[in-house]
Amino acid sequence: MTTEQASPPPGQSLAAADFVNDEASASLGESLRAYRDRLRGGDMGALPAALGLVVLFIVFAALRPDSFTSPLNIANLMTQASAISVLAMGLIPVLLLGEIDLSAGVTGGVAAGFTAVQIDRHGSSWVLAVLIGLAVGAAVGLVVGVLVAKLGIPSFVVTLAFFLGLQGVTLKLIGLGGTIPVRDDVLRAITIKSMPVTMGWIVVIVLLAAYGALLMWRQSRLAAKNLQRPPTSLLLVKFVALAVIMLIATAVLSQNRSRVPTFVIAGIPYAVFVVGALLIFWTFIFGRTGYGRHIYAVGGNTEAARRAGINVDRLKVSAFVICSSMAAISGIITASYDGKVSPGSGGGNVLLYAVGAAVIGGTSLFGGKGLIRDAVIGGLVIATIDNGLGLLNQAAYINYIITGSVLLLAASVDAISRRRRSATGT
Amino acid sequence: MTEPLLELRGVNKSFGAVQVLHDVNFKVYPGQVTALVGDNGAGKSTLVKTIAGIYRADSGEFFFEGKPVTIHGPKDAGALGIEVVYQDLALCDNLDIVQNMFLGREAHTAGFLLDELTMEDRARQTLASLSVRTVKSVRQSVSSLSGGQRQTVAIAKAVLWNSRVVLLDEPTAALGVAQTRQVLDLVRRLADNGLGVVLISHNMVDVLEVSDRITALFLGRVAADIKASETNHSQIVELITAGRSGDIGISAATADQSA
Ligand SMILES: Nc1ncnc2c1ncn2[C@@H]1O[C@H](COP(=O)(O)OP(=O)(O)O)[C@@H](O)[C@H]1O
Ligand SMILES: [Mg+2]
Repeated sequence: MTTEQASPPPGQSLAAADFVNDEASASLGESLRAYRDRLRGGDMGALPAALGLVVLFIVFAALRPDSFTSPLNIANLMTQASAISVLAMGLIPVLLLGEIDLSAGVTGGVAAGFTAVQIDRHGSSWVLAVLIGLAVGAAVGLVVGVLVAKLGIPSFVVTLAFFLGLQGVTLKLIGLGGTIPVRDDVLRAITIKSMPVTMGWIVVIVLLAAYGALLMWRQSRLAAKNLQRPPTSLLLVKFVALAVIMLIATAVLSQNRSRVPTFVIAGIPYAVFVVGALLIFWTFIFGRTGYGRHIYAVGGNTEAARRAGINVDRLKVSAFVICSSMAAISGIITASYDGKVSPGSGGGNVLLYAVGAAVIGGTSLFGGKGLIRDAVIGGLVIATIDNGLGLLNQAAYINYIITGSVLLLAASVDAISRRRRSATGT
Repeated sequence: MTEPLLELRGVNKSFGAVQVLHDVNFKVYPGQVTALVGDNGAGKSTLVKTIAGIYRADSGEFFFEGKPVTIHGPKDAGALGIEVVYQDLALCDNLDIVQNMFLGREAHTAGFLLDELTMEDRARQTLASLSVRTVKSVRQSVSSLSGGQRQTVAIAKAVLWNSRVVLLDEPTAALGVAQTRQVLDLVRRLADNGLGVVLISHNMVDVLEVSDRITALFLGRVAADIKASETNHSQIVELITAGRSGDIGISAATADQSA
């Protein structure tokens, strides 16, 4: 514990009056004003993505009222979003460092390939097969990270090379034109099965209650020491909004969405829980641990981080390992959804969708700014566009053009807000 | 005279073919302010960064309280109680004031959880003791601070720890009159509390007022190491610009050779 080693600086007494402008507890009005100032200063966070999601839902619901908002399609959309979101979550630490991993998509393909081969050709249990997939992902990240951190090759070059090379590995593994089926019950269940309805409600309500209790506990601790904290009313508004969204989503997904009357499909798809667990875990790591703090520091000012004694090289390697391991999970989710792994798995627009998700969610391509939840919100935006356009029966080329434009738009918002931040200094 | 807290003997440092520090001997005494003066490019910042463990000296010896020590990195310097306020401040714009002050030395609970309560509390106390009246909140991002406020945060970061030696690389360069006064008072106060303080400044009036000893660097060589009470404005300026003044300073031959 560092507290014992350090003491307040010598000299003057600590008069609270010396610190007149530092208000520990702000009123709701002040907080809203501060938020408005942040927006003006170019720090928009997840606001554009959240608004975009609402607009997209309204537009698609208006154009396809019978199919877009049906429970079947919402469940489908969430499952589609899960693979994108998981990949994007993995990219966040890499983006926070100001680096990029263009090979993350195909790393997921290779890892899923190894997992599928292990089950299909060697008869392994799904546990061992998934561990092997994760190990393949971690190994790829380790090599990429070492090449970037120790040799100093720009990450976009290293990962572009891996983007090509790894597709060759998948091709060799699977064989030209072939596919490896994924039939394992547990792996398939991730995307095609749902948690029983009652169980789903219990999990959602317990999670909400735990989160609410955590917020209250933290607020009371901050208040007890009179430290900087948001107004309780603001916390309440945010919590109620989150609870309403989660409960509505649970209600929709709890309806029977089967198209045949003889059996029932209802409940939250397991893939959603995988995303939720990873979201909670990584939010905790990047928000509440020294490791996470150091990742942000390196992205903000690498030299300052180095002078603070932070091992920058090791952090870089670790970020690529996290990214590739998350890519492996994403690849396995995709394989579960498709029921197979093919030589093209993880190629095409997979990586672009994930980068787009992170950037749309509010993570900066310039490093130092972003949150894990950006990946989930952005992933939902991308999946909604993909899903909605699919329902409109547009030609594939429209889909490409629109998704590309959305990514460009998000990157422009990022670049402009960065310029505003440096201009206004907020 | 008391023993130096920190002493460097025969330190050399090159960047590629360019030798920036030549056989530098440098002493920091407890309870004293040592001013490090020299023209731009004389090697002051390089010397400070070598002491901080950011650069490795090519040769030379380091002593702390008379005992030989090796400083391989910033952590080693920190462990000895050496703190630096860098010329470029070395702050992360995307982090808030508290996060910057504790960067690399975060307080933890349960071994790995950041202890935000302790950190915010101590940051606030330290800033209050430095009379920072203008900061809106200790949780505001450093990018939103003015030059003077940033400077104060960098200084607060250095005095937050139980430091023994504090080196300040041109801490008043970006400050107005009132804030410069505050920093000079702080520098004096730190020394009066028994710390060894090194102040780099181009303002000779400030240097003469606040320091006990003056070390002048000329093109990477120590031109003089003298008591502030035994020198004056014009002699220091001569040492800085020509490397010698009267019978003190480096020989004309050496000066020519380095130039
Ligand atoms: N990292 C570096 N690489 C190469 N040369 C450097 C580096 N840092 C400083 N120098 C050179 O060393 C000399 C001394 O620089 P510096 O220590 O910054 O001087 P001062 O702080 O006294 O103005 C300058 O000529 C500068 O160009
Ligand atoms: Mg300098």
